[in-house]
Amino acid sequence: MIPDWKIWTVIAGLAVVTYLIRFSFIGLLAGRRIPAGMTRALGFVPVAVLPALIAPIVLSAGDGSLSADPQRIITAMIALAAGAATRNVLAALVAGMATFLAFGATGL
Amino acid sequence: MDQRPDQTAMQAATVTRHGFGAGLLAALPVLLAVAPFGLIFGILAVEAGLEITQTMAMSSVVIAGASQLAALQLLTEHAPALIAILTGAVVNLRMAMYSASIAVHWQSTPMHWRMLAAIVLTDQSYALSIQRYRRHPGESLGDRLGFFFGVGSLTCCVWILATYLGATLGNRIPPGWGLDFVVPITFIAIVAPMLRGRANLLAAAVAATLAVLLSGLPYGMGLLVAAAAGIEAGFLVPTAKEHNQ
Repeated sequence: MIPDWKIWTVIAGLAVVTYLIRFSFIGLLAGRRIPAGMTRALGFVPVAVLPALIAPIVLSAGDGSLSADPQRIITAMIALAAGAATRNVLAALVAGMATFLAFGATGL
Repeated sequence: MDQRPDQTAMQAATVTRHGFGAGLLAALPVLLAVAPFGLIFGILAVEAGLEITQTMAMSSVVIAGASQLAALQLLTEHAPALIAILTGAVVNLRMAMYSASIAVHWQSTPMHWRMLAAIVLTDQSYALSIQRYRRHPGESLGDRLGFFFGVGSLTCCVWILATYLGATLGNRIPPGWGLDFVVPITFIAIVAPMLRGRANLLAAAVAATLAVLLSGLPYGMGLLVAAAAGIEAGFLVPTAKEHNQ
């Protein structure tokens, strides 16, 4: 059970911070150029943050300890391969979800 | 504010209906990508124990799917609120890049339009608008802003609507259905198409490996450390230009 105050704090905090990020160069720093190095670094944000989020979930046993569950690993690999091959978010999502549901249906 | 407002642009700085309509039309195909993620977020948020009002509030004021899912994931792992906010913020840092890139096309736009535009600056509204601005360099500022607001308002409305559908659907799914693995699948789908080139692959590999190794750190701090290291690793790979020098 997540306490209510915590949920509302995260909603409000994330909303404010996200708005400020969006408004940064449109408004707060309008007219200022973003340094080239910073643009490059920001370009790596999604490809670093998302895998850092994903990897421990794929390799977790659900109780905080690590484990190599073949089902989870195979599902992740299929979604990854589909996304890398098609360069299409939706195709990767469908491939991953289909594998996930197939494992669920067969009860493996 | 050291901008030189030029007269013609000031006059054209009302958002045009023509531009808005073009934006609405251009947004139609990407709705196919927005809606499923809204549905997924709605279902997962309710499954995680959020009420429908909380779920709707989050989608309506944050309007950034990946960061919402990241914050949700950390909430379910009982990480502190500050870490959940920080992680969501890091996921959204890419938008600073969008902000800088699109602001160049909006010079001499009045502040109230800028403040409104920041609300609906998303992956979709940024990508489609930049594409449009490059193809139609002669368009008036009003048309340019109209296009952006057309894409932004439609995608955000669909995002919120899809969240609502997901949340009501999620209420009917019994708990313990094992939906926890939908989050990583969603993230993999978002990131896999981006993994092009050595630098991106290295950033991803370093971040993923460190995140697993550091997953024992308290408060989900391993994630932030791993992400920072991944960004640094990607940054240190010489670009093609530097390589040829």
